[in-house]
Formats: sequence, structure tokens, C-alpha cells
Amino acid sequence: MKFMSALKVSVVATAVALTLSACGTAATPTASSDVPTKLGANEKTLSLLGWPGYAEDGSNDPKVDWVTPFEEETGCQVTFKPYGTSDEALSLFKTGDYDAIAASGDATLRLIAGGQVAPLNTDLIPNYANVYSFLKNREWNTVDGKTYGVPHGYGANLLMYNTKVVKPAPTSWDVVFDKASAYKGKVTAYDSPIYIADAALYLMVHKPELGIKNPYSLDETQLAAAVDLLKAQRQNIGEYWSDYLKSISAFESGDTVVGTTWQVIRNSMSAKATVEAILPSEGATGWSDSWMISSTAKSPNCAYAWLNYIDSPKANAAATEYFGEAPVTQAACDFMASKDTCASYHAGDEAYAAKIWYWTTPITKCLDGRKDVQCTDYARWTEAWQEIKG
Amino acid sequence: MRLSNTARWTLGAISLLVLTFIYVPIAVVVINSFNTSMNMAWPPAGFTLEWWGRAVGSQGLLASLGLSIFVASCATAIALLLGTLISLALSRYKFFGRESVSLLVVLPIALPGIVTGIALNNAFRTIMGVQLSAATVIIAHATFCIVTVYNNVMARMARMNRSLEEASADLGAGLWTTFRLVTFPQLRSALFAGGLLAFGLSFDEIIVTTFTAGSGTQTLPIWILTNMFRPNQAPVVNVVAVAMVIVSVIPIYVAQRMAGAESKR
Amino acid sequence: MTGGASARTSFARRVSTMLYSRPRTRLGLLLSAPLAWLVLIYVASLAALLVTALWTVDDYTGAIKMEWTFDNIVHVVTGSLYQTVTLRTVGVALLVTVVDLIIALPIAFFMAKVASSRIQRLMVIAVLMPLWASYLVKAYAWRSVLSHDGILAWLLRPLGLDTPGYSLTGVVLTMGYIWLPYVILPLYAGLERVPNSLLEAASDLGAKSFTTFRTVVLPMLTPAIIAGSIFSFSLTLGDYITVNIVGGASQMLGNLVYTNVGTANNLPMAAAIALIPIVIMFGYIAAVRKTGALENL
Repeated sequence: MKFMSALKVSVVATAVALTLSACGTAATPTASSDVPTKLGANEKTLSLLGWPGYAEDGSNDPKVDWVTPFEEETGCQVTFKPYGTSDEALSLFKTGDYDAIAASGDATLRLIAGGQVAPLNTDLIPNYANVYSFLKNREWNTVDGKTYGVPHGYGANLLMYNTKVVKPAPTSWDVVFDKASAYKGKVTAYDSPIYIADAALYLMVHKPELGIKNPYSLDETQLAAAVDLLKAQRQNIGEYWSDYLKSISAFESGDTVVGTTWQVIRNSMSAKATVEAILPSEGATGWSDSWMISSTAKSPNCAYAWLNYIDSPKANAAATEYFGEAPVTQAACDFMASKDTCASYHAGDEAYAAKIWYWTTPITKCLDGRKDVQCTDYARWTEAWQEIKG
Repeated sequence: MRLSNTARWTLGAISLLVLTFIYVPIAVVVINSFNTSMNMAWPPAGFTLEWWGRAVGSQGLLASLGLSIFVASCATAIALLLGTLISLALSRYKFFGRESVSLLVVLPIALPGIVTGIALNNAFRTIMGVQLSAATVIIAHATFCIVTVYNNVMARMARMNRSLEEASADLGAGLWTTFRLVTFPQLRSALFAGGLLAFGLSFDEIIVTTFTAGSGTQTLPIWILTNMFRPNQAPVVNVVAVAMVIVSVIPIYVAQRMAGAESKR
Repeated sequence: MTGGASARTSFARRVSTMLYSRPRTRLGLLLSAPLAWLVLIYVASLAALLVTALWTVDDYTGAIKMEWTFDNIVHVVTGSLYQTVTLRTVGVALLVTVVDLIIALPIAFFMAKVASSRIQRLMVIAVLMPLWASYLVKAYAWRSVLSHDGILAWLLRPLGLDTPGYSLTGVVLTMGYIWLPYVILPLYAGLERVPNSLLEAASDLGAKSFTTFRTVVLPMLTPAIIAGSIFSFSLTLGDYITVNIVGGASQMLGNLVYTNVGTANNLPMAAAIALIPIVIMFGYIAAVRKTGALENL
């Protein structure tokens, strides 16, 4: 769920520090609830919190509905509350009104450290077995060997270009950085401080002397290098984009010819649009979101049922296809409305997924393990981003 | 001023040009609501009624429309009450601080929405510890809507014939009776015009709303904003806009009729 | 029943009589509710925001620390980023205001003084109607109009011109468009208040149309002009949405405030930046107060 990453990347930043330092020092998570060994009868209701579009019940578009079948199947009446930012999600979740939450990479660790979500017994979630192994036991869903979240969907920030204008066909991000002046005024970039990671990723490959090991873990010198690169890029930017529609219209009209995009945007372009989206040689930034269960859930059985349901082939296909991201199981691919969906999102392509640096909030404690320096946190990135835009 | 015919025609031509300027983007919206291309590309790719059908069937849209009407009605009602009270006070009494009061009424609209928005957000959440909801949106909207009622009523009061009120009092009518039977009828069209503007301001407000609405509170502009980001929903948004423009003719026409009828009297 | 009703009536009557003889009490009653609302809700919130600007955010937890410091304000006043963006924003807001006044004056004049009452009524409707097509939808429509293969380019290319594209010019056009009705309406209302007899007297004395306009109409219209300008100026000053949609890579003050409060979770800094438009608007209001413009909004 990509379209809101400007928001996701949100606010949270600094407070994550707490969490991660807790994890870093291998402190025992405060979550004390024991893992259930078997499930009881379903309760009557289930209260969910998630990004808009993660639990559609047909009220926005009658054809888009994967909540109603769940309700009929389990007897759990679902209420879904969409949130706008991770920060908002955390404050809403604290009220204790929700049984489960779909959270992004930044929020998950805070929820775990705060003891607000319970470790899961994945044996009670049969469909979890089918989830791609490269999405399991990752740093944003597993702490101390305990799994706290089941994946919902994932995706990468790709490079899109107009095949008529951008020649030869690019294979590297250099078309939006060092070689961007060729397309002055028609280059686009994602409008969020987290885009600094894209520049860092580029420098990681092209300026090894800077010693960047993780694009979300930059010390002051490395950040300064990324900022310089982005300031140079700024001269060639036509516009920054943060919403879906803006990006589509600019590429369709030719106001933009090269820049970052999401696969879903590429797929929504009309047939006449001469564009291509690729995963460049340097790799790319991306996202992966998880469903987690509240440690004080009033309906834990319904919540387990939901986690199992959302990873079931049909529901996962519906949810991720509506959203425009890769599903988390291979079986989901058979249920996509369009047969090409899985191929276009490279679902299950492990080599592809390995090139994605999943989004993580930068914090002062270096994520790449360096102990001798302080890294720059998200607040610092935000400040830098404003200066880059000028 | 006796304008020469040339001047009249020139003014007329300019006015026509301005109206064209006003309606070209609206026409673009109308055309796009029937456009098969989902991305508002120009020229239109083909004709479809799909978006109109989808808009009618969208519960989320209808719910947010309902909420917007509710919020705008409540905000307008509060603004009408407070705005009338304050204009009665300011137009009938001279007192120390009168100027400051009039400034105070104007302030919420004169300061940019983002300032009002973050100020109220901070006050509601951190100071009062209230959960953001439809009620907080109504409070915020009412605050900046008072001014439209205030200005319309003040202008009317300035032109109003005070002798009627005095006569009413002399004939033994109480304050309330005088207000109800003498003052209010003269204010009616000003209240309607002020209320209409207040309703419109509230109905289309997005910046202050963004900061004062809870996550479950989805007014129409917020629905539009989130649907701009949602796959395949953008054209439905155009339909909403076109429908709103068409429906808006009714209240505007009524306001005009009221004002027209009064000026003839 | 009758007894109860008449008792109530006479009570109401007594209150009424008492109030009639005590204008100060009446004034107090009239003012108490609206003043309480505006002061307790609005002024108090604003004051709290200003105080917040003097606080700071704990880097570690993201919570607001109530330690008094002028750092944020010093940062905003001295930072070159804020100066550039303030100048840009004020420039755009002024341009929008000027453009709107130039466009609004002739049409408002035509509506008020030339058109027949039927045309007048139709024109008021025509001006008001677009207000109801959502602000966002209009901004996106302008995005389509301004595009390199949009209507504007299509119309202008034969003349050897091109669309300004997504740029500050685009922002001025779009904002000018969106706020136009808010400027036309006060001008129209102001012009309606200029008595026809006055205009005729002026021309009887031999004044030319333009002279009449300049010497008679304009002075009487000043409050309305200022009222209209407060709308277009203030609404532009705080906007961050339109500039995102049609502004290309530019950012305005509203964007800085929004990023600080939304993305960076730094309310004290956002409050410090918000002081800039507050100071500007207060200065403007103070300057025009005496003209009576505030009563024409």
C-alpha cells in the first residue's frame, strides 16, 4: 500500500527511536501475553484499523468487497476504520477499541515494543504457511524469534520513463540523477523526505567511498551527499508527486517523462501511453505491511480468523489487486481478475524482492550496525527535504 | 453615470469573457465525468455513463455527502445564531471594545485556514483532550462561518428603518415580539444569503477540516481527497462536482428571489 | 392551563420590560454567547499555538517539551529557506489578488450598473454556481487545462504562445480562478450601494465615464475592494493543496507548516512558521481597519 507512503513515513519518526533502542539492546518485549494454543468460538464483532483500501466492504464501490464474504463465513461483523498516518494509527490503537491493525514498517516495531500487539501462534493461521518465505521473519514483523504480524502485500518504487522520449532505454537510476539534465523540467520524484533513501541507494552503488550500507541509515556526511545529489536533481524536476492521479496525468500528457512510480500507476495508464516501468540495476526502495492483533483484543478469535482470511488466496488477491501491490502467496495469483497481475507485480520473484530496500524509519541509532557514529533521524530528513525543495 | 454604448458593449464583452473563463474549467469537469479515460486526459477518449452509475451506487460517497450536509447545516445554524446576536449588539450599541469585537469576528476567515486548522487541532487534542469527531469539525466551521452572517446582517441593519421598531415598542410590544414581528422579517433575506454563504464555505472546506476531523469523519471534500488517491475512483469525483453545481442552482435561485421580492416591496 | 400560560407571559413581559430599561444588560446578553465562543474557542486556541512556538520537541520521544526557547522563532526569522518561501508566497498572494481585482471590477460593474435586473440575477447565479464544484475538483480541472497537451496549450499554440505549465504562474491562474467569486461578490455588493443618482450628477457636471469612475466610484468602492482582497490574499497565503497540484516543484508557506505538523511531528516549529502569515494578515488588517472594509467581507 503505497500511495500514502508520504503519510506513512509520517510523524512517527522520532518516537521509533525508543522502540528500536529497546530492540537493539535485545530487551525482552514488554508484551507479556502468551501465545494461544487453540482458538475458541468466534465472537460477534471485529474492529479493524488499517490504511484506506485494506478492508473494503463494497461501500465505496459495490464491486470491491472482500469483507462481506468474511462476515458471512465467520459471523464476525467487521467495522473498519481507515487512518491517514502511522502516527494517527498509533494514537487510535492506544484507545484499545481495535482488535487488529494493518501497520507499516515504522509502526510495527513501536507497537511490539509498547506491548500493544500480541505475538502470534502462526499454527492457528493455516494460510500463513503459504506466505512467501522472504516476507516471513523480517525485522519489521518478528522480534526475538516471535512473529507479530502476517503480511498483507508488498511492492517496490520503480523507475518509469516515456519510451518515445527517453532513449536509450534506461537501466539505472542515473537518468533521474546524474543524467537528468537531458530531460530538464520533465523529471519527477516522490514528494516525501523518505525519497532521500532513493538518493542514498543510488550513492550506495555509485559512490562506494561514502560507505553507505543501508539507505535508511545515514550519518551526517552521507546525508549531506544525498542532499547535494537531490539539490542538483531539483534543477531538473518538473514537479514532485505524492498522489496517484497526479503521477498518471503527468506521464499521460507528457508533462513528465521520467521518474519514480509504482507498478499500479503503470498498470492504470491508458493503452496509448508509451511508458515503461522497470526495477533499475541499483535496486529500489519499497514497502511491506503487516496485520497484527491487539494484546487486549476483545475478539481475538475473530481477529485470528481475519488474519487467516486476508492471507487466503481469494481475499489476498482481491485486496492486493485493488490496491496495486504484490500478493503475499502464490495461490492468490490464481484468483486475480487479470491473469497478468502477478507477473506484472513480480509476485513471489525472490530475486526481484531481494533488490527492494523495504521502507524503515531512519533513527539516530544506525540501522546498519555502526556504533561509532550517530545517524540522522527522520526529523533531520524532513528538514533536509524542505531545504532541497527550497 | 451615463455610459456610452461603446462602453456598455465593452463591459458586456468583458463580462462574457470572464464568464467564459469561469466556465471553461467547469466544462472540462463535465466532459471528464463522461470521459472513458480515467485520468482526465485531454482530448476525451470516449463517452461513458459508468462514472455516473458508480457515483449513485457508492455508499461511501452518499454517506460523506450526508455528513457534509449535516456538518454544514449545524455550522450554519450556529453561525446564524451567533452572527445575528453579534450584529444586533454591534449595530445597536456603541461600547468600548466594539472595534475589537468586529475584528474578532473577521479573524477566523482572515487568517489562513492552515493556521486556524493547526490551532484548533492543538487545542482540541492536546489541551482539551477531546477525540476529533464530526462535532469538532462543526465547531471549527461555525467559527469561521459567523463572519458571513455577521456581514450580511450588519449591512441590512445599517439600511433598516429603526422607526418601525420604535413604533412597535411604543405600541407596547415586548423586545422579543418586536424582534419576531418587526426586525426578523426585515432580516430574513440577509440571513438567508449569509446562511447560504456559510453553508457553502463549510461544505467545501478542506484545510481546516483536515485538521479537525477524526479519521472516521469523512466529509465530502475529504472523501474526494482520499478518492483522488484511490485506484479508478477519480472520474467519480468529477460526477460529484457536476452534480453539486447543478443542485446548487436551487438555493441560489431562492436567495435571489427573496432579495428580488424585497427590493420590489 | 390558562393561568399557567398567562403567568409565563407576564414573566416574559417582566423580563422584557426590565431588559428594555437596561440597555447594558441587553448588550451583555447579546454579546455573551458569541464572545464566549470566539474567545474561548478561537482566541484561546491561537494563543495556545503561539505559546507552543516557544516550546520544543524531544528528539527522542517526539513529545512536546515545555521548555521555553526562542530557537524556533530565531530559526524561522533567520533561515534563508523561510525568507525565500515567504517572499514567494506573498508574491503569489499579491498577484492573485491583483489579477482577481482586475478581472472582477468590470464584471461587477456590469452586473451592478449596466445589466437589466433579469440579467443581473442570472449573472449572480452564474458567478455563485462554480463555488459549489469542489475546490479540489477545480484544482484538478486546472491541472488538465494547464497541461502540455491541455486546452490552454491547444488554444494558445496557434497564437505562437504556450501554456505556463505547472509553475507559479499556474498557481496564480488556478488560485485566481478559485477565489474569483469571493472577490466579485463584495465588489458587486459595494457597487450596488453607489447610488445611480450620484453617477448621473457627476456626468451632468461633465465628467467623462472614466473620470466618474476614478473620482466617484472608486473611493466609495475602496472598502469593498479591500474586503475582496482579504479573501483572495488570505486564502492564497495559507494554501498548500493547489500548489501541490499545479505548482510544479514549488512550495509555499502552507506546505512548510503542513510538512512540519504532518510529517515531522514538530508542532512547535509549525507554529513558529505559522506566525509569518499571522503577522502579515494582522499587519494588513491593521492597515485597512479604518476604511470600514472589515464590514464588507
